[in-house]
Amino acid sequence: MSARPTSRLGDALAQVGACGLFLLQVLGAVPKSLRHFRETIRQIWFVGAMSLVIIMTCGLFVGAVLGLQLYDVLSRFGASAMSGTVVALALYRELGPVVTALLFAGRAGTSITAEIGLMRATDQLAAMEMMAVDPLAYVAAPRFIAGVVALPLLACVFNAMAILGAHAVCVSWLGLDGGTFWSNMTASVDVWTDVVNGVWKSVAFGAVCTLIATFNGYTTAPTSEGVAYATTRTVVFSSIATLALDFVMTAFLT
Amino acid sequence: MSHANPPERADALVEVRGLSTVLNGKTIFDRLDLDIPRGRIVAIMGPSGTGKTTLLRHITGQLRPDAGEIRVDGHDVPTLPRDALFALREKIGYLFQNSALLTDYSVFENVAFPLRQHLRLPEEIVRNVVLTKLQAVGLRGAAGLMPHELSGGMARRVALARAIVRDPMLILYDEPFVGLDPIALNQILKLIRTLNDTLGITSILVAHEFDAVARAADEVYLIAGGKVAAHGTPAELARGESAWTKQFFGGEADGPVPFQYPARDYAADLGFPERTR
Repeated sequence: MSARPTSRLGDALAQVGACGLFLLQVLGAVPKSLRHFRETIRQIWFVGAMSLVIIMTCGLFVGAVLGLQLYDVLSRFGASAMSGTVVALALYRELGPVVTALLFAGRAGTSITAEIGLMRATDQLAAMEMMAVDPLAYVAAPRFIAGVVALPLLACVFNAMAILGAHAVCVSWLGLDGGTFWSNMTASVDVWTDVVNGVWKSVAFGAVCTLIATFNGYTTAPTSEGVAYATTRTVVFSSIATLALDFVMTAFLT
Repeated sequence: MSHANPPERADALVEVRGLSTVLNGKTIFDRLDLDIPRGRIVAIMGPSGTGKTTLLRHITGQLRPDAGEIRVDGHDVPTLPRDALFALREKIGYLFQNSALLTDYSVFENVAFPLRQHLRLPEEIVRNVVLTKLQAVGLRGAAGLMPHELSGGMARRVALARAIVRDPMLILYDEPFVGLDPIALNQILKLIRTLNDTLGITSILVAHEFDAVARAADEVYLIAGGKVAAHGTPAELARGESAWTKQFFGGEADGPVPFQYPARDYAADLGFPERTR
């Protein structure tokens, strides 16, 4: 029997509600999770440091492509000197936080969901409960904190690598003057409205992506198929939530 | 010997009264009453799917019943708030049917986990306690292995060491004998008895192996059809004359417990015209 659209909508809303309640539970468990501080550090290392290679590589290429495209387009108007500025603004305000969040959902979000889902399927979460260890405080909260801490840092690294990529293309390859590239950029980029607002965005994306990943793992059906579905859902919902939230935050922050 | 309502006993560590549970439309317990006396080893036996694991989950507050009272050490488990439930669980050891070891931690760290989480002990004491418990289950030499390197029987013994590491007042064993070779089985039986004799730990044992149960348990509850079908010492149950005990301990297909899961007519299922009886 196929589900009726109305009941599907109801299911989706119920999921959103359950996810919201889960967020409250996780936030409630954050103070207790500070007792497991080493676990939090381990998770920051796992979702943050272990994602560095993919973030740095992708940042370099995104920056290089941006530099190439913008140099080409801007030179038609005789404004190629502004390449660095436009690259930096696009990165700090939008591309840095958003692309990092999408990569993060694929690299770290999936592994969080699969790991917690497998813990659910093999009764490890139940075993923790039976040993009077709250899995919300020991498993969910440290991963949530790790995501909120790691994503802004990763986004900064992504931005830095992308600027270097753009510099390599515009200055080293296409022959734009290096001094022009940097001075135009520093003159037009504002720390508060451009850089810091981008960091706020990535803090929010970090919270949303890890919340979705943790929630999907926590509520997975205890089967192989269940874990597979949960992992897919994490990527799909994280991507949608990131892009939708980006629009909302941009509307409010600018 | 067989009675549905055991008399009140002042020394019961676990008291179950009027327990009723319906899971997925199937009645698991129908006003079940039973007592687990302090310091005794009580076995829960019964046909597959009769709710033995569900009963353990009720006793430990992992699952709330639809009706009834479950008192553990004087606390009504279904109504306990989370903090109080966790405080109670610190005094309970639980051996999961599938061992449920934490797969990212070594054998040593799995056994040390409850100590590290709840007590601030010097590393030397943690090490000594963990090695003592691992020695008791014969796996001190395996302390450095990871759970995926263990066989099913070894994982079960590690899980047992973890369940007893804090010397709890109550241990629940869910199928502890599955996958054990005769040597390990013998040692684990001795260990369960020793824990009971020396530390006075109360044990609830869910198992199917009657010979093993008869050697370890003081009392046996046979649960079938959502109620206590028989209760007594293993010897009493083995001699039991009721239809339940005769079928269960004789291992016969015919009797009050159907071997077949409820199904429609066999012939009709195979595509033959339905028989008229």
